[in-house]
Amino acid sequence: MCTINRNNFEANNMILRKFWEGRSSMITAIILLFFIVSFQSTIAQEEIEGSHHEAEQHSEKEFNAGELIFEHVLDAHDWHIADIGEHPITVPLPIIILDENNNLHMFMSSRFEHGHAAYDGFKLEIEGENKGKIVPVVEGTMETDSTRPLPYDFSITKTVFAIMFSALLLMLIFITIAKSYKKREGQAPAGLQSFLEPIILFVRDDIAKPSIGHRKYEKYMPYLLTLFFFILINNLLGIVPIFPGGANVTGNIGVTMVMALFTFAITSFSANKAYWVHIINMPGVPWWLKFPIPIMPMVEIMGVFTKPFVLMVRLFANMLAGHIVVLGFISMIFIFGAMNVFGGYGVSVVSVAFSVFLSLLEILVAFIQAYVFTLLSALYFGMAMEESH
Amino acid sequence: MDLVLPGLGLVFWMTLIFSILLIILKKFAWKPIMSSIKEREQNISASLAMAKQTKREMEQLKADNEKLLVEARNERDAIIVEANKTKDQIINDAKIKAQSEADRIVENARLNIENEKRAALSEIKTQVAELSIEIAEKVLKAELEDKKKQSALVEQQLEQLNFN
Repeated sequence: MCTINRNNFEANNMILRKFWEGRSSMITAIILLFFIVSFQSTIAQEEIEGSHHEAEQHSEKEFNAGELIFEHVLDAHDWHIADIGEHPITVPLPIIILDENNNLHMFMSSRFEHGHAAYDGFKLEIEGENKGKIVPVVEGTMETDSTRPLPYDFSITKTVFAIMFSALLLMLIFITIAKSYKKREGQAPAGLQSFLEPIILFVRDDIAKPSIGHRKYEKYMPYLLTLFFFILINNLLGIVPIFPGGANVTGNIGVTMVMALFTFAITSFSANKAYWVHIINMPGVPWWLKFPIPIMPMVEIMGVFTKPFVLMVRLFANMLAGHIVVLGFISMIFIFGAMNVFGGYGVSVVSVAFSVFLSLLEILVAFIQAYVFTLLSALYFGMAMEESH
Repeated sequence: MDLVLPGLGLVFWMTLIFSILLIILKKFAWKPIMSSIKEREQNISASLAMAKQTKREMEQLKADNEKLLVEARNERDAIIVEANKTKDQIINDAKIKAQSEADRIVENARLNIENEKRAALSEIKTQVAELSIEIAEKVLKAELEDKKKQSALVEQQLEQLNFN
């Protein structure tokens, strides 16, 4: 229990550092995280004191807010919906792993029975450093085989499944409205089309055109629109608490990293000569800033990489913070409930009110973050193509 | 640490799915949508420009019409004034002509009457002279029946002559 707590504490610290890069919603998240952490330590302390005279199984049932929150915001190999008593209800997802001999193993995650069974020489680790990962086992047992390396995990995890779902949803929505554009050619938009057209026009007129310029923006519209709607739909689906929503897609660093890398790649490929000249040999800067110690080029080259990095971290931290704060408020009900039943009931009123308020705030944040990511991507494209002056 | 370390599988799938999504949406959604929107916008701006042009033309036409109307009205007024003048002229002419005709007729009548009167008078004079002569003859015949009387008269007459 204590080691888990320490692990969580380290992870929390890590998030805290990331959060400083974000915005005001971060501050709330930090305050709340401190609350959670302090609750965890008090509970842990009580446990240590109580463990002398109470049975061992009690600590297993003890509610741990940090654990709950991390289970929800982290990727998983099955989609946990609810628990009935001790039995979890999950949607099993496909496991695809490549072992050290380049053998591909494919099976459903239900084979692992939530970490209680090994299958095909692998098991789902439920404790320790590799918690939640698929690890090799000693043949015929449940023992972790630490001599073998971890397999490459290409599983359709909860996040991957959510990405696929949102991608299909986006295709369905936009191919449908593309058809209605063809059908109602030259007419005013109707239905879903009239709902989405202002957003499409917003991306075009308020993001792409001013950032990239009137002549070159058209080439980047498909990427910017895809990016905007992908982030938006995943942000919004993340607020929906039930399957197939609720996955923390845009609050996952891998997802935001890929999108940031796309922006980085497009920026680099569309950059003109002036952009590279500005990086390597910034005009109008005193020579001693470039020679013998190339301070300016170093700063500029760092800037090339910090731009996508900041994109990645901003979206990740904002969305993660939203999820953590909402889950934190929900967890508070159980934390207080564990101390006193009436305390739990009393806090639940406040918690639910705050969760509703924060969820509404998250809807706003969903739009703002999609806007910011798209706007900054467009700005980077525009900067890369700026004519020398 | 899992929280801030991107998973290999996730990055792989995300790249794949996002690329596919980008390509499919670009081909089947964004291209037709953006071109439709652009077309419609061009249509709208063209229509608006045409509406403006038409409005300008309408205004021009209206102004022309107004001008024509004013001209027509002026012309009409001029015609009416002219006609009035002509009418007055004609009436005046007719009046003058009628007057002179009437004067002529009256003059004629007066002359005729004068003539008639003169003729009648002269006839009456002749008749009166004849009648006087007849009466004088009859009186003379009666007076001069006796000789004495005749000589007395002659003498008387002579005396008067002497005086004269």
